[in-house]
Amino acid sequence: MITRREFIEKSALGASLLTLSSLISGCIPEGFFKNPLQKMSKEELNRTIQRMEATYSRKFSKEVTVKTTPAQQDVLFGMVLNLSKCIGCRRCVQACIKENNQSRDPQIAWIDVLEMKHGSMDLEKGDRYYQHESVPAEGCFYLPIQCQQCQDPPCVKVCPVKATWKEPDGVIVIDYDWCIGCRYCLAACPYNARKYNWSNPSLPAKEMNPQVHYLGNRPRDKGEVEKCTFCIHRTREGKYPACVEACPTGARKFGNLLDRESVVRKILAEKNIFVLKPELNVYPRFYYYFG
Amino acid sequence: MTDQVDKKSLKFFPLLFEGGIGYYLWLSVLGIVIASGALAYFFQFRDGLIITGMRDPFPWGLYIGNFAFLVGIAAAAILVLIPAYLYHYQPLKEVCIIGEFLAASSIIMCLCFVVIDLGRPDRWLHIIPFIGQLHFPQSMMAWDCLVLWGYLLLNLIIPSYILRCKYQGRQPSTRLFMPLVYLAIVWAISIHVVTAFIYSSLSSVPSWHQAVLAPRFLASAFAAGPAILILAIQVIGRYTRWPIEKKALYKLSEIMTVALFFNLLMLGAEIFVESYAQSSHFVHRQYLLFGLHGHNAYVGLTWIAIAVQMSVLVLLLFPKLRCNLKLLNLFCGGIFAGIWVEKGIGLIALGCVPSSIGEIFEYHPTLPEITITMAVWAIGLLIFTLLIRLAIPIVVGDVRVSHSHDQSEKKPKTEEVEVKEDAAKGEAAKGEAKQEAKQEEVKPLPKLPQQ
Repeated sequence: MITRREFIEKSALGASLLTLSSLISGCIPEGFFKNPLQKMSKEELNRTIQRMEATYSRKFSKEVTVKTTPAQQDVLFGMVLNLSKCIGCRRCVQACIKENNQSRDPQIAWIDVLEMKHGSMDLEKGDRYYQHESVPAEGCFYLPIQCQQCQDPPCVKVCPVKATWKEPDGVIVIDYDWCIGCRYCLAACPYNARKYNWSNPSLPAKEMNPQVHYLGNRPRDKGEVEKCTFCIHRTREGKYPACVEACPTGARKFGNLLDRESVVRKILAEKNIFVLKPELNVYPRFYYYFG
Repeated sequence: MTDQVDKKSLKFFPLLFEGGIGYYLWLSVLGIVIASGALAYFFQFRDGLIITGMRDPFPWGLYIGNFAFLVGIAAAAILVLIPAYLYHYQPLKEVCIIGEFLAASSIIMCLCFVVIDLGRPDRWLHIIPFIGQLHFPQSMMAWDCLVLWGYLLLNLIIPSYILRCKYQGRQPSTRLFMPLVYLAIVWAISIHVVTAFIYSSLSSVPSWHQAVLAPRFLASAFAAGPAILILAIQVIGRYTRWPIEKKALYKLSEIMTVALFFNLLMLGAEIFVESYAQSSHFVHRQYLLFGLHGHNAYVGLTWIAIAVQMSVLVLLLFPKLRCNLKLLNLFCGGIFAGIWVEKGIGLIALGCVPSSIGEIFEYHPTLPEITITMAVWAIGLLIFTLLIRLAIPIVVGDVRVSHSHDQSEKKPKTEEVEVKEDAAKGEAAKGEAKQEAKQEEVKPLPKLPQQ
């Protein structure tokens, strides 16, 4: 038995607790406590995707589709780049920025192109900021570097919260919403492939590419790390990455390393291919050759 | 008995607000620094880390540099614990609590530095075990989070236990206490080794990827730690009635000398190996020592740091100079500054210039970044001051449970908590002392009656 007084007291307490908790939860944005992608249930994933699409569509005033296309069976992506053909025009860089919704200001580019003097492969002698009237410059060759999609990626190993991992098709991806922005992966990457959003990224609504992938080119926020994903929103649907399509000389070849008939496999078999910094044993799936 | 003790201890909290003008001045200076740092942090939180001097090729700066330095200071607490409780060196037993509280404050500063360095501090829960998703045991950062929290706990438990024993007027129980001491010793070494491993496990950065980094971290910590302790102990000894013997300072200065020697030995070995071979990886050291293609932001600082450490080492070898407290303080200041430059900023510049693809980006800390860094130091000093303030009446013996066993049943009177006026006043001047300690003449410590 409880007396009336007790009842009133208790219900008042309960009501105020309820209000308080709803007040607190009202302050916390929806999705604040969501799981990393790998741990999400189907239901939570659907809810998250819906929320994301709504937010992006509102922000960029266009219909945005967020895909979660998984890796295909028996596929391992790889890229081969013919350095003899690369002329350093940076069209791949531009195409990548457009396709993958990189920040325009401050400018983030997933691909770095180094201008190197003939006769040296020393990265420390390369120049990232070359500016010429026309390319290629006399006595130089060009070395585009982006995420090398390592088989044994040091960036994944060091991440303290498992916000980045290797997908079954060999692509290293980041769950941008789980990244805490400690930049340990930036320090660990031997290829300077990871880029950090030091400020709020600016992406003009007009230029925003509305076909996005959860782990790929969806818009990022400040304090998050991003990098090349071999355009998973395209390549998982059978298209080529934007950089491969944009290259005017056909220096880049992309394909499935497990498919014996693929172009990349043929080049690997016939040419003297090499990888950058082989001594680190990270086994990049991004190969170079002169030919 | 226990109940009564707990009741009394509640009365310590008003103590925090007891003190003279100097004490309040010190607290308000710290408060102002913290407030300005909080303002700067607000802008960092709003606009992102763009307000700092860090960029992609140089992803870590003052925050992580200070973090690594302070982990070392925290680890150095065992240099008091080992002689005091393993070798029963009485003079250091008296200052054990100071060392432990210094360690606890340093760890709190470390945790602050880690959090303010995050681009997404709102997601800090992701790094908490079980709630988030800790990448254990692969990530060295995950290891570091765990060991730091553990060490913080140890450094709050140990001094609290010592204080409690003093309060109750009994000796620490060996069976309870010694395992904690052993654990703290192992743990202290582990926190600094793990912190060094954060850097040295990265094969992508050849100048960090050195086996000597962890031992050198320990050596430099065991030099810089006692340097700060010697200064702190004197300040406390001068402005409070904390019983301190000069012998404690001398012992610490001996330890500091040996550690400094090993630090410089390893630095020399590193420089020799790199410069004799002249491999392509020498560019990093070249940047720090001589500059690279006209970029030489840290050349001057690096040489000053090395020169100061070497000359201090030579001077410390003479007992006559070492036992002159005025000079000793100067040496301690030199060691502190030298090692801070080398570890706080030099090490990161060493690894990041040139970057992994050869870019030279010179890092210059920005004003907001420096303000935030100073605010974290102020938070640490504030916590240290308050902890010491709480401990003083117990250590000095103003507050004590009198428990003559025959009377312990009905004598609440004798358990009154009394704080003598002058204890509080003495503490008061402490604030000013911190800043002056380096320049001002330090009078010989008053001989305090042994209990």
